[in-house]
Amino acid sequence: MSQTDFAPWNDPNAKPLIQFKNVTKRFGDFTAIDNQTQDIYEQEFFALLGPSGCGKTTMMRMLAGFEAPTEGQILIAGQDMAQVPPNKRAVNMMFQSYALFPHLSVWENIAFGLKREGKGRDVIDARVDEMLRLTRLEKFAQRKPHQISGGQRQRVALARSLAKAPKLLLLDEPLGALDKKLRQDTQFELMDIQEKTGTTFVIVTHDQEEAMTVASRVAVMDEGKIIQVARPDQIYEAPNSVYVADFIGEVNLIKGRAEARAGEPEAAAAPEPAPPQEVTETAAPATVDGPQPNEIGEWLQNKLLFPILGKRDPQPKRLPPPDPKPVEAAPVSEVPKPAPPGGLALHWAEGRPPLIAINGDPAMAGETVTLALRPEKMAISKTKPDAHNALQGKVIDIAYLGNVSTYHVELENGLKVRAQMANTRRIARRDITWEDSVWVSFSETSGVVLRG
Amino acid sequence: MRRFLLIAVPYLWLVALFLIPFAIVLKISLSDVALARPPYMPQLDISGGWEAIRSFFSALDFENFVFLTSDDLYWKAYLSSLQIAAISTVLTLIVGYPIAYAMARSAPEWRPTLLMLVILPFWTSFLIRVYAWMGILSNEGLLNQFLLWTGIISEPLTILNTNAAVYIGIVYTYLPFMILPIYSALERMDESLLEAAVDLGCSRLSAFWLVTIPLSKNGIIAGCFLVFIPVIGEFVIPSLLGGSGTLMIGKVLWEEFFSNRDWPVASAVAVILLLILVIPIILFQRNEQKQREAEG
Repeated sequence: MSQTDFAPWNDPNAKPLIQFKNVTKRFGDFTAIDNQTQDIYEQEFFALLGPSGCGKTTMMRMLAGFEAPTEGQILIAGQDMAQVPPNKRAVNMMFQSYALFPHLSVWENIAFGLKREGKGRDVIDARVDEMLRLTRLEKFAQRKPHQISGGQRQRVALARSLAKAPKLLLLDEPLGALDKKLRQDTQFELMDIQEKTGTTFVIVTHDQEEAMTVASRVAVMDEGKIIQVARPDQIYEAPNSVYVADFIGEVNLIKGRAEARAGEPEAAAAPEPAPPQEVTETAAPATVDGPQPNEIGEWLQNKLLFPILGKRDPQPKRLPPPDPKPVEAAPVSEVPKPAPPGGLALHWAEGRPPLIAINGDPAMAGETVTLALRPEKMAISKTKPDAHNALQGKVIDIAYLGNVSTYHVELENGLKVRAQMANTRRIARRDITWEDSVWVSFSETSGVVLRG
Repeated sequence: MRRFLLIAVPYLWLVALFLIPFAIVLKISLSDVALARPPYMPQLDISGGWEAIRSFFSALDFENFVFLTSDDLYWKAYLSSLQIAAISTVLTLIVGYPIAYAMARSAPEWRPTLLMLVILPFWTSFLIRVYAWMGILSNEGLLNQFLLWTGIISEPLTILNTNAAVYIGIVYTYLPFMILPIYSALERMDESLLEAAVDLGCSRLSAFWLVTIPLSKNGIIAGCFLVFIPVIGEFVIPSLLGGSGTLMIGKVLWEEFFSNRDWPVASAVAVILLLILVIPIILFQRNEQKQREAEG
């Protein structure tokens, strides 16, 4: 995917294809869309993600022209769409139910929009054939929609909506009716087709996995508002609110009071209170290389071993000096090590050491915050791990998902957290089981501190 | 065995209530009129043994059917019946389709009520309702009084005892048979299909022609047959609302049977009528079958 380089939203000169300008939509007393402004760029694969009733479908229907905004403006390619009826828009939609015409064959369904444009027979034939090829439906051209499978129907719907080469394709929960395996295949197919045709796609879905897979940007919506718009990885790794963190994927939310920690993360290198071994190791090499015998050793060598082994070589054989990097890395794995300074400490339970999040914004100090932790970033072990953020608890449930297992751990204060581990061992050899007392740990940077 | 018994029930029903009566009618149509009771002969007398049965069959002939072709009253009545049935079917469709459409597009909570209103007239006797139309359509009837009162007309319109009254009566009576199948076809239609059509460049009107009409086609066909088939043999409406000029085969049948007491000719008329109806009935069945297969 070109996702990494493709980011027109960061380019101030890029002209958006779609502009929502302070759009509000009300149905009677109910506000479906609440004063939203959002740009969508050409060739984007933009996902509107949210629970049902969050307004995502209304956003899409306003783009298609089936609903008109109560307030505000929608511009497509710079043109105000207020007076443009749906049949005059260069926008096509793939419906959730596919809405294939049951009385027409696959071929006629795909040709439907082209015929309305009054194109010539040859043009229509060529375009329909092209669409059939693109969606690999050549064999089914003469079948009626009820004579093909769900996955094929979904491809017919896609071919039909792409046939008129719209500037913008809207997809309303397009894969909802497919089983998981087919859905995954189809997601990649969709991305492929989107790249091939260069069409801008706006997809509405409540399936966060789907949104994350296909989209270049995801807009998470709730109650008529867009909460966060970002690349899928940013949405997952850096949610801007508890709502987004909770909605996208699994998450452990630990509430507590934030307290600023001493020191700036940037200044960490200078006053490093390094452990003593480190000092000797870094200071010693100038005079003596390697470990030196103490008095008893000296005596043993001189009195007993000398006649047998000969003279001790004061410069023992040794490995070439290691790179400076491993030397620096080595102390990290040493046992007692204070956490890097900076960030926030989270007082989450009475009488428990605070949790440390060095990526926490010190501006939140003194507030009640939530630490959001992904289960896969939590490690679980039976012995006390070498980590500052370690919580003790009891395994109350294990969800075996095949590739991974999720352990539900109840902490001493009743809080339940989930930790996920890859099942690299066969099930019989797993050493953690129900009712085990375990430690759940995570690094100082794996959580995200969120307000509220 | 159980399966056989289950199938036997509807077959027995058909044999007892359709096939045997039809065989009797067919037998009468092949008999000769007689001043007797019953007014035809020969009579089948099984007690006479094999000989009697043979003489009975030898006495049967197609004389009555030949007679039907000799008098142009009969084929004119058949043609006129077909014509009236065809025209009133079209009229019923024109009136019924918008009603069915409006019902299918109404708010879901209203639909049961509207359906009930369509069926409601069946709760009253058919005959009484036709009499009520006589009261409405006559020269001193409610319609003329209303029109005179509003000043639209200065002289009462003559509607009763014309073909117009027959059409009004038929459309009124058979409207539910048209509305219900069309409604059920339209109600099943996914509304997103219309949105899809508009999305692909149709205007609202062309979406109606290209999507709504084809998808309600089966309902339209079913409704048309349900009106057309019984109207051909309709007797009450033309005799109560129609005039002397209204020629329908049902009326002819009635007159042969009760006025002329010519049971064999009346039976022949009925047999021909049935043969005529077999064609649309088969077409109707085939349509239903096709629809079931399409949905299957």
